[in-house]
Amino acid sequence: MSEKFTKSMARNIYFGGSIFFIFAFLALTFDTVQRLPARDHRENITAAVALGKRVWEDNNCVGCHTILGEGAYFAPELGNVYKRFGNSKEAIKAFIKSRPVNGIPGRRSMPQFNLTDQELDAVAEFLKWTSEINNANWPPNIQG
Amino acid sequence: MTSLIKYQSQLVAKPYFIAAIGLFIGQILFGLVMGLQYVWGDFLFPEIPFNVARMVHTNLLIVWLLFGFMGAAYYLVPEESERELHSPKLAMILFWVFLVAGALTILGYLLVPYARLAELTGNDLLPTMGREFLEQPTITKIGIVVVALGFLYNIGLTILGGRKTVVNIILLTGLIGLAVMFLFSFYNPENLVLDKIFWWWVVHLWVEGVWELILAAIMAYVLIKTTGIDREVIDKWLYVIVAAALITGILGTGHHYYFIGTPEYWQPIGGIFSAMEPIPFFMMTLFAFNMVNRRRRDHPNKAAVLWAMGTGVLAFLGAGVWGFMHTLAPVNYYTHGTQITAAHGHMAFYGAYVMIVLTIISYAMPIMRGRQANCMKAQVVEMWSFWLMSVSMVFITLFLTGAGILQVWLQRMGEGQAFMVVQDQLAIFYWLRLIAGTVFTIGLFVYVWSFFVKEEE
Repeated sequence: MSEKFTKSMARNIYFGGSIFFIFAFLALTFDTVQRLPARDHRENITAAVALGKRVWEDNNCVGCHTILGEGAYFAPELGNVYKRFGNSKEAIKAFIKSRPVNGIPGRRSMPQFNLTDQELDAVAEFLKWTSEINNANWPPNIQG
Repeated sequence: MTSLIKYQSQLVAKPYFIAAIGLFIGQILFGLVMGLQYVWGDFLFPEIPFNVARMVHTNLLIVWLLFGFMGAAYYLVPEESERELHSPKLAMILFWVFLVAGALTILGYLLVPYARLAELTGNDLLPTMGREFLEQPTITKIGIVVVALGFLYNIGLTILGGRKTVVNIILLTGLIGLAVMFLFSFYNPENLVLDKIFWWWVVHLWVEGVWELILAAIMAYVLIKTTGIDREVIDKWLYVIVAAALITGILGTGHHYYFIGTPEYWQPIGGIFSAMEPIPFFMMTLFAFNMVNRRRRDHPNKAAVLWAMGTGVLAFLGAGVWGFMHTLAPVNYYTHGTQITAAHGHMAFYGAYVMIVLTIISYAMPIMRGRQANCMKAQVVEMWSFWLMSVSMVFITLFLTGAGILQVWLQRMGEGQAFMVVQDQLAIFYWLRLIAGTVFTIGLFVYVWSFFVKEEE
């Protein structure tokens, strides 16, 4: 690097640039959080939806599935599974409930989590709520 | 025996490096399990379902890299500060706390169902579990914070009471950033969108933010030591690289805010800034090659120099090029959450963070074992492991990219085919990836073997 470009100039770019962009990021995050209620429909987060998110987490569903495209890529996207299953909570519950304990020979198998009826219902409610988030029309089609 | 070492307290780095390599082996073995599960769906089912193997694979990676970063700091900070470490004893206590906590957590993943682990560790009191990469029980997370604070206290006091070099300051800033951003792992609101926004404050601002500072500082230190280039030159490079990393990386977070419920303005902002994220990595490559070309002496440790140059190249390819490939919103709309992401993740983590830790281990371990460099025979074995692991990682990435492109084509275009129908058609790529993964594992064992190779009499 040239002699004219001194170490203190480099240092100033580092400190100045970082601080500027940290504040820019904080301002944008603040704005995003302000706009969020119209997009996430938080008025629909019932006790069941909240419990559903906990069940989702306590069973590490994201260890195989993606949700809104984030997670593992071993099993289908679930952000839109409510719609893919024909807007049916019953279909979601039936699927989770019917997983064989020892899996399906030779196939990727979902564990049998032995969820209670309340937990099953909550997971379905959570996935229904998730499918209604305004997320810029992603995924491109119903397959997820 | 330890006459080469300038400060005796630097030796606390040794157990950290050994633990890092041990956990690295575990990480790769579980990677193989997952690679097999991709082609043989019910392999080890229901004993080790995929989600458990993945948790072990990714968590071991994070933990061993943290061991590596801490070892690097304990090794280079005393030398840079020109004084002994504030408390070698604290460093050793924290080593055992971190290792035992890490081991118990991994055993917890493997021995009880995850929901039971959540129940046993009181996840309902402060729910933080079950989110990608942050699967650790809340109690483990608290343990990580305690270890990080003790570590920062130890390193911070050493730096404050000694010579303050640019390497030290950048390293310390990176480590403080690492600890601070981790605190967001305790924020887990009921609202999935908010949860995701701040989850990225840990994950993105770690790997595409503060970790780059740690990487650049370690790289600069090793280059100073092995090339004999004037510190003034190195310092200038270091500042420019970390400036570029943060200027692009902070707003680059926006490339994760395209499709999770956040406003659409993140698409241009995240796109523009993350498209510039390859710049710091490209400069890192130029930095390493420039310094080595203009070296004032030939350091006997050729293997360490090879690792340093390899870090530059593969970090640029993995984090830079493979990241750029799918970072613009119109592309990411189709590739988001496919094997393309997996491809990028593998080469980026290996090229940037795995290789920088192996660089500092390669440089420091011989010195801690009482020699400037390993004998040529041991170095040749180590360099073989470099090529085996690096080339096979390039192939893992290429095969996953092939799988990803085909997946996007079959699943995301037009009506699309169902996920599992598509997965079955990707099998050939998964088989090839498994073969490349096996070669990587062989490379890793060659690497471990290199520590035991002795000069023939």
